[in-house]
Amino acid sequence: MSSVALRTDGSLARPILIALAMLVAGVVLGLPLAIVLVEAFARGPGTYLAALVDPDTIDAIALTLIVALCSVSVTTVFGIAAAWCIARFTFRGRSLLLTLIDLPFSVSPVIAGLVQVLLFGRRGWLGPFLAAHDVRIVFALPGIVLATVFVTLPFVARELMPLMQEQGAEEEEAALSLGASGWQTFRRVTLPNIRFALLTGVLLANARAMGEFGAVSVVSGHIRGATNTMPLQVEILFNDYQIEAAFAVASVLALLALVTLGLKLALERRQSVLLTTKGSAP
Amino acid sequence: MSHALGRPHLVIPGFRLSLGLTTGTLAVLVLLPLAAMIAIGLANGVPAFVAALADRRVMAAFRVTIGAALVAAVVSAAFGLLLAWVLTRYRFPGRRIIDAAVDLPFALPTAVAGIALTALYAPNGWVGGLLAPFGIKVAFTPLGIVVALVFVGLPFVVRAVQPVLEDLPAHEEEAAHLLGATPAQTFRRVILPAMAPALVTGFTMAFARGLGEYGSVIFIAGNKPMLSEIVPLLIVIQLDQYNYTGAAAIGTLMLLASFVLLLAINRLQAWAGGR
Repeated sequence: MSSVALRTDGSLARPILIALAMLVAGVVLGLPLAIVLVEAFARGPGTYLAALVDPDTIDAIALTLIVALCSVSVTTVFGIAAAWCIARFTFRGRSLLLTLIDLPFSVSPVIAGLVQVLLFGRRGWLGPFLAAHDVRIVFALPGIVLATVFVTLPFVARELMPLMQEQGAEEEEAALSLGASGWQTFRRVTLPNIRFALLTGVLLANARAMGEFGAVSVVSGHIRGATNTMPLQVEILFNDYQIEAAFAVASVLALLALVTLGLKLALERRQSVLLTTKGSAP
Repeated sequence: MSHALGRPHLVIPGFRLSLGLTTGTLAVLVLLPLAAMIAIGLANGVPAFVAALADRRVMAAFRVTIGAALVAAVVSAAFGLLLAWVLTRYRFPGRRIIDAAVDLPFALPTAVAGIALTALYAPNGWVGGLLAPFGIKVAFTPLGIVVALVFVGLPFVVRAVQPVLEDLPAHEEEAAHLLGATPAQTFRRVILPAMAPALVTGFTMAFARGLGEYGSVIFIAGNKPMLSEIVPLLIVIQLDQYNYTGAAAIGTLMLLASFVLLLAINRLQAWAGGR
């Protein structure tokens, strides 16, 4: 491969292209990450820590964790069910179902929030009914969770479907023919085979759930200490010209992104090791 | 039920349960809400629907959004091709870090990207300060929207093109070389056609993402009506004014656009995969 690269490119092309790629990666990807850290610590670690232990920020962190826990649970159950029926069965409408599973990825996050307001908002379809029974969905936790579930729904399914299709059903059929029940087969055969990909999907869904802005922004109502998630807290602080505090909260989210990427790489490596050892077994 | 299934899967249980759970969740959480949006958008009849969209400010927002998403997708395609090429063809220090960093826009919350880019490209920022002497303003102009959309669009192109470049058989390039092709000719006639489907797929994905992007854009855009106001923001503004029908009408048109692009991407992926 490398000898071909040497021959097909002039001697100068290689260093120039590498330098250009480094420049692009540095400016487009590196600088945004760097400035978050620089701005967060611009007034020293004292200001940084003070911004993070602010009661509104603590509330935002707590709400973010609750929202992520609720929505990732739904996404995980959905993802396993979707992968099971897509990868193990052929049925009419299967490719339509595949397209629909992907739909939340291609819809604007703002629409994910918009539909909640249209249904459950004060002047929405169910608004009067909800008001009469004193149930709040929009501008409250349920609406934030619903909007977050909408945008994170495909994450686990996306990781599992191609893997389960590749692995095939032979091992499960073997377990079933040996008398295992459906649940036993799933727990003892399927789950161990897909565990790293499942974790990857959960990890990515979690990162998106914790970082979601557009969908949540529409349904939250931005009530400080009550319906603000961390990304919304970043927005409020930034618009209040509390730049260091905004970047301090942002740095926590950036750290979450970096940890997510690191774990994703590790998990993908382990899943592919699992695949190759399985594949080479007799 | 089981007679409809393929023969090899006859013994696998759980079809009804998994399909029911999947379609039920999708229907309740995604499809019915979207259907309600369309119904509300069209509730006052098609003329009112068209009138809501034909508004000057709405049309301007669509022009700004589509224009910025297109320019950003072109830039993402160029940058993404460069990165994918260098990452697959060369070994150099820092390669694995760059490869991992390509996924950063997927993982970094959009609001974080938004305030970071705004700080970078503001007239007194690291990059904005360099451009200001030349009279180039990025933050709070349509150019700022493009910058934000390049950030979110870049990984789509790299991750679409990279596997194709990795699988490109070396003997085709060697044959071109042996037949006397210059490196530039080999690239244009052999490599570029082979990865065109993947490149177009990545471009379309970046464009589709750009159309709906909100968080990374609204901080840097300045959000001036008619000039740098994007469509998703207009939905938020309409909702704040309790204009549910107007917001639903705009949302319906955006949904239509995403659906068309989603189908196009599926076709493109089949084309790219079929090679």
